Amino acid sequence: MELTKEEQSALDGEKGDALQTAYRILVATGEATNAEKLIPIKWAHLSGVNYNTIGDSGEEFLKTLSQDAKVKVKTTLNPMGFDFDHISDFKHIDDDFIEKQKSIKDSYIKMGVEPTFSCTPYDIYDLPEKDTQVSFAESNAAIFANSLGKLKTNKESAFSALASALTGKSPYSDMRKDGTNIPLTIRMKLDNPSELDFGLLGFFAGKVGDSSVNISGVSQPDRRSCKALCGGMGTSGTCAKFQFIDEQETNSEKVDFGKEEMGKIYDELNTTDKGDLITLGSPQLGLQELSDLSNMLKGKSFQKRCMIFCSRAVQHQARSLEYTNEIERAGGEILSDCCTCLTPLIDKSQTDAVTTNSVKGAYYLKNSTGVDVNLKPLSKIIEDDTK
Amino acid sequence: MTKVIVKGKAQGTVLKTTNPINFLGAVDKKTGIIHDQEYDIFKKTVKDSILVFPYGIGSSVGAYTIYSLKNSNAAPLAMICKKADLSVASGCALANIPMIVVSNEKFDSIEDGKEIQIDTESATILN
Repeated sequence: MELTKEEQSALDGEKGDALQTAYRILVATGEATNAEKLIPIKWAHLSGVNYNTIGDSGEEFLKTLSQDAKVKVKTTLNPMGFDFDHISDFKHIDDDFIEKQKSIKDSYIKMGVEPTFSCTPYDIYDLPEKDTQVSFAESNAAIFANSLGKLKTNKESAFSALASALTGKSPYSDMRKDGTNIPLTIRMKLDNPSELDFGLLGFFAGKVGDSSVNISGVSQPDRRSCKALCGGMGTSGTCAKFQFIDEQETNSEKVDFGKEEMGKIYDELNTTDKGDLITLGSPQLGLQELSDLSNMLKGKSFQKRCMIFCSRAVQHQARSLEYTNEIERAGGEILSDCCTCLTPLIDKSQTDAVTTNSVKGAYYLKNSTGVDVNLKPLSKIIEDDTK
Repeated sequence: MTKVIVKGKAQGTVLKTTNPINFLGAVDKKTGIIHDQEYDIFKKTVKDSILVFPYGIGSSVGAYTIYSLKNSNAAPLAMICKKADLSVASGCALANIPMIVVSNEKFDSIEDGKEIQIDTESATILN
């Protein structure tokens, strides 16, 4: 990859440690994506915020970096471990965790990052015009941006997006160019798919696809199913983009996603038929999803604890539109700034199994939190677990 | 074809898997032990190995896991992949872990448990 004189001098350390680190990362990711140069980006979305995932070394790295680093472009960021407004309700979270999480939060704010704490930046801000170059690290958000927002981003890593935020640049990879050929089409064979089916389809697509896939046999579903598809896809592979097409439009290789393929993925992620706790959100719920949930819960109450994750911005909107009234009356706990994935709010010392409609959530609940998972669509959760 | 993503030298024993690795979901960031039973290297540690795997998958935060492994002295000495993904590339860049990408044929020829040397300056892998 060719660097300009200015970029080279930053890489050589002439503009401080923070920019040297950022350019070292951009050079490695540029080599990894066969990019010939760096190009400007308009918006970075960072991951690596939850103390549970980045640990002490991540906390210390960010503290040091924030001493002299400032973001150069609009920068938003992912959920952290918990909701500071409700932390006193969760006695098992120790002071050390709270202190380290606060330090991480403060480091990002010091660097000029907007404290959105959300995996759904597309539910908070209007997306910029088509073909705008962005750098989104959160995998569901990168896939959403490329596939539904018509923006251009790699499925960035936590560090490549951070390097983009600090420099305003990213390697000019194939994902950032027009007209790349999509080599694989997945034929959706399930009838009337639920959002869970779309999540499983995404997980399957992530496993079989390379950097992008076509999906045929189904038209673009509602936003909840689209988000589930993005979440599932981002979890299992390297795939950063999908498009819905008519099968006739392509000569690419084809694979089916039918009952058998779906069942295999379901059995990999679903480990029990009953949860002690319900979580909704990964990705965090948007305004329309909260409105739908409030309608589904009319006259009903949850029979077990239910945590509902949405961004702070969406929670404010939902409160002003009073969608939250019915949800809270039914016993739902609305939590912001965090999400099902890797939140310490769910702890295996207190919870054996979790019911969720999120494929992405299921993967991390099972593998990282270490609890059993009962996967079912929202309609079935309402049917089984409310009265 | 051998492509250098992160420069450096290393010598050690190959730990090879055919599974793409989700660093955040499958690797313990303090010990390097693989804790996802779907992997053929389940319960093994990546610590001080020459880790040979197809490519990284899943969460973007996996880059922090690699950085954390290094800080906990539980990181691989080097990584060899078939395909460079951004999490592994950027994690290795920050943690100063040599990383190279090799052709499918070369990848297939590397044997698990073997002692090998990598030197990115001369672009060689010695068995």
